[in-house]
Amino acid sequence: MAAADTDRRRIRGGVGEAVPHDSAHLHVAGEATYTDDIIEPRGLLHLAVGMSSKAHARVRRLDLDAVRASPGVVDVMTAADIPGENNCGPVVHDDPILAPGLVEYAGQALFAVAARTYEQARRAARLAVVEYEELEAVLDPLTALAKGSFVLPSETLARGDSRAAIDAAPRRLAGRTRVGGQDHFYLEGQVAMAVPREGGDLYVHSSTQHPGEVQLLVARAIGREAKDVVVECRRMGGGFGGKESQPALIACIAALMAQRSGLPCKLRLDRDDDMLMTGKRHDFVIDYEVGFDDTGRIEGIEFMFAARCGMSADLSGAINDRTMFHCDNAYYLPNVTIVSHRCKTNTVSNTAFRGFGGPQGMYAIEYVIDEIARTLGRDPLDVRRRNFYGTGERDVTPYLQKLEDNVLDEIVDELATTADYAARREEIRLYNASSPVLKRGIALTPVKFGISFTATHLNQAGALVNVYTDGTVHLNHGGTEMGQGLFTKVAQVVAEELSIDLDRIKITASDTSKVPNASATAASAGSDLNGKAAQAAARKIRKRLVRFAARHFGVARDDVRFERNRLRVNGQLIPWEELVRLAWFNRVALSATGYYRTPRINYDRKTFSGRPFFYFAYGAAVSEVIVDTLTGEHRLLRVDILHDCGASLNPAIDLGQVEGGFVQGAGWLTSEELCWSERGELTTHAPSTYKIPTSSDLAPDFRVRMLESGRNREKTIYRSKAVGEPPLMLALSVFHAIRDALSDGRGRPALHAPATPEAVLLAATGGGHD
Amino acid sequence: MKGIAVSTTVNGDAVEFVCDARETLLDVLRNHLGLTGAKEGCGTGDCGACSVLLDGQLVCSCLVLGAEVEGREIETVEGMADGDRLHPLQKRFLEHAALQCGVCTPGFLVAAKALLERNSNPSESEIRYALAGNLCRCTGYDKIVHAVHAAAGDLRRQQKARKKRKAAG
Repeated sequence: MAAADTDRRRIRGGVGEAVPHDSAHLHVAGEATYTDDIIEPRGLLHLAVGMSSKAHARVRRLDLDAVRASPGVVDVMTAADIPGENNCGPVVHDDPILAPGLVEYAGQALFAVAARTYEQARRAARLAVVEYEELEAVLDPLTALAKGSFVLPSETLARGDSRAAIDAAPRRLAGRTRVGGQDHFYLEGQVAMAVPREGGDLYVHSSTQHPGEVQLLVARAIGREAKDVVVECRRMGGGFGGKESQPALIACIAALMAQRSGLPCKLRLDRDDDMLMTGKRHDFVIDYEVGFDDTGRIEGIEFMFAARCGMSADLSGAINDRTMFHCDNAYYLPNVTIVSHRCKTNTVSNTAFRGFGGPQGMYAIEYVIDEIARTLGRDPLDVRRRNFYGTGERDVTPYLQKLEDNVLDEIVDELATTADYAARREEIRLYNASSPVLKRGIALTPVKFGISFTATHLNQAGALVNVYTDGTVHLNHGGTEMGQGLFTKVAQVVAEELSIDLDRIKITASDTSKVPNASATAASAGSDLNGKAAQAAARKIRKRLVRFAARHFGVARDDVRFERNRLRVNGQLIPWEELVRLAWFNRVALSATGYYRTPRINYDRKTFSGRPFFYFAYGAAVSEVIVDTLTGEHRLLRVDILHDCGASLNPAIDLGQVEGGFVQGAGWLTSEELCWSERGELTTHAPSTYKIPTSSDLAPDFRVRMLESGRNREKTIYRSKAVGEPPLMLALSVFHAIRDALSDGRGRPALHAPATPEAVLLAATGGGHD
Repeated sequence: MKGIAVSTTVNGDAVEFVCDARETLLDVLRNHLGLTGAKEGCGTGDCGACSVLLDGQLVCSCLVLGAEVEGREIETVEGMADGDRLHPLQKRFLEHAALQCGVCTPGFLVAAKALLERNSNPSESEIRYALAGNLCRCTGYDKIVHAVHAAAGDLRRQQKARKKRKAAG
């Protein structure tokens, strides 16, 4: 067969093709409709939220007369006006929608205002007179720890005898490090629009990663049931975990007000309000003690994690579990004790953020490895390799899952070679020897990240595929689109399964009335779960069509073959649309649901053991920086990344996830700093003071590749691997390159994350605290 | 409150609207004119998601009052394509996968257009600094920078071809 003929037979936009994001043509035209862009229904009211100015207080008096009298105001609502359950907490019901007399963080919602315009609602919300009786506020995790203030019980995972191993080890180190939190800074802030339907039903447009949860929480808040509420989300302008549980608060307020007024209501948070009111990545205080040998190999290690969870549990249980599961990163820990405290503080309740606690766990072990290397005067990469998980030995994680897909050595060897690590380290040594002020540094760090929700029951998904009589296809599944390209990838799967070009498939908004009970699009599992569910639905239809064609044309099923946009039946060619029309005419069902649950996973949370993860995603990065030791400023000079996406469903989209994840991680570790006043007010609540990376911060030399031999050992969707979260942690290489520059071959710099210029300067001048 | 009547030009079309004195150009574009390409990312001129051109100058439309645009010319992302023919910047953003969630994309396109009108042959580093007022949380910027670089080349070639045709008569 000629090559051209083969190409002609291959569908357009199938699996593995680097097709553009399904909405890209709308994005560049400014026509993609986000929740705030939906044409507003007649009579729409705009909402604003009145927030607590105190971190911990009883509300003595809430005088809303001035709010009510403000121009354009239609209605004002407090906790007492909620007909159903006053809760938007996803797991534990400890998150009031509107504070019922007790405020537990500065920024907490106290009341909501509905007005004719957005401006009127926001102005009115500032006019409340609130009298507080202030209570003692716990503002940091260590104070919480000392006071025994927790949102959930502390957990311990112990394997082997860490105490004995540390005591018996030739060398020992102990210390404390800190890692900062992070605001999601999705470019589209939190927003929801609730539209009343007949009989008191509600239709809610919500910018959410978890429409099904918004549906349930809204239904409970308005005193109705799930069947009375539909939640839709076509796309979000970024999510990153910040729209996993947080949108429920916004949607519940919009829904409650819509129910009261009988009018459509929209709540869109202004950026400052969004940053004050909604949760972020947890910051941690981490204590460690480690025993190791003269080569740097770890013999025993103990970690104490104290996480700032904020005022409620939110998703902190699973997040901190994941911290415990990832404080091994790529390293075998033979004797280990991990203690995890979920500290309750009078600050905003922290939440999911890309990596979901994993990054902080990895930060901890990478910090310890770096400290070991600098104590021994060895190259940190040597110490990393010394501790890597093995294959066939040293391959069991602290939670007793055996590593079956370890490609750490392969990735790190290849990357160290292509990035020319050894030669550059020597060159940097020479440069630094003759450069007293500007210092360069380099680091290679690996990533091993477990894929699956650690809560086993969440690893399920559904999809709906409708084929219309003109041969076009309507695709729906429980996943949500936040820019990550999930909708495109799943559509590619369906195109592949039905052997039709991608442009025949319409990708449609996540909708709780089409696919119910979907898990959040989170844990990097969107493509794995929804791709498989959509595949199952498409296969049902394909099977029916084959059976029908065999019967109709009087041939064996094996003689029916799908080609691009057509069926070949014993040499006869039937165009796809003709086949579909024929099938419909002969009464073949052309709609199917698909369902998938991840196999092979099981996990006992009581003992922290089992197989929580279906597989692992791996990657590694080399970063080189230059640091000005007189100012603390630093620049990223070059980055080399090698990441395992398995057999990628869409290399263009996956590459975007790797690059974007890395840069977001670099922001977390070097420029983004959350600051609170001594009264517990967040002082960095806008891009003027909270600095995410910009294009000018980017390394001028940025080389990103996917592992060519990548192929998932497990039977995932077309053997691809999840790619949403793992690349974020590649940015640990930037942090450690800065430490390397500061250390300059001598000593352990007192530098913790985020390594802002201020922190770097303090560390460079010996002012950093350990 | 009395509205202010304003006559202006948006993407080449004469437009009239009545706005409140406190409404921003962004409010006017989104709420009165139905042009929702420009987004409010921060409302304080720090993120660039609301970028438009005002008399050819790049501005954050959240920092311009609607009443200020009387008699002026506004260009938004919606006016970039020529009918169905995409602007080279739009084409290159598609080709380079220089977008993910897409909220920052309109602002980047407008800011890049302003850059290329000022400097038809920018270096990569000039592009990085020129676009540093536009925040993107998804892509990591590299693809955006490359897309703008490629589009600059397209525009220079287009210009050359136009000149040649003119010279040929």
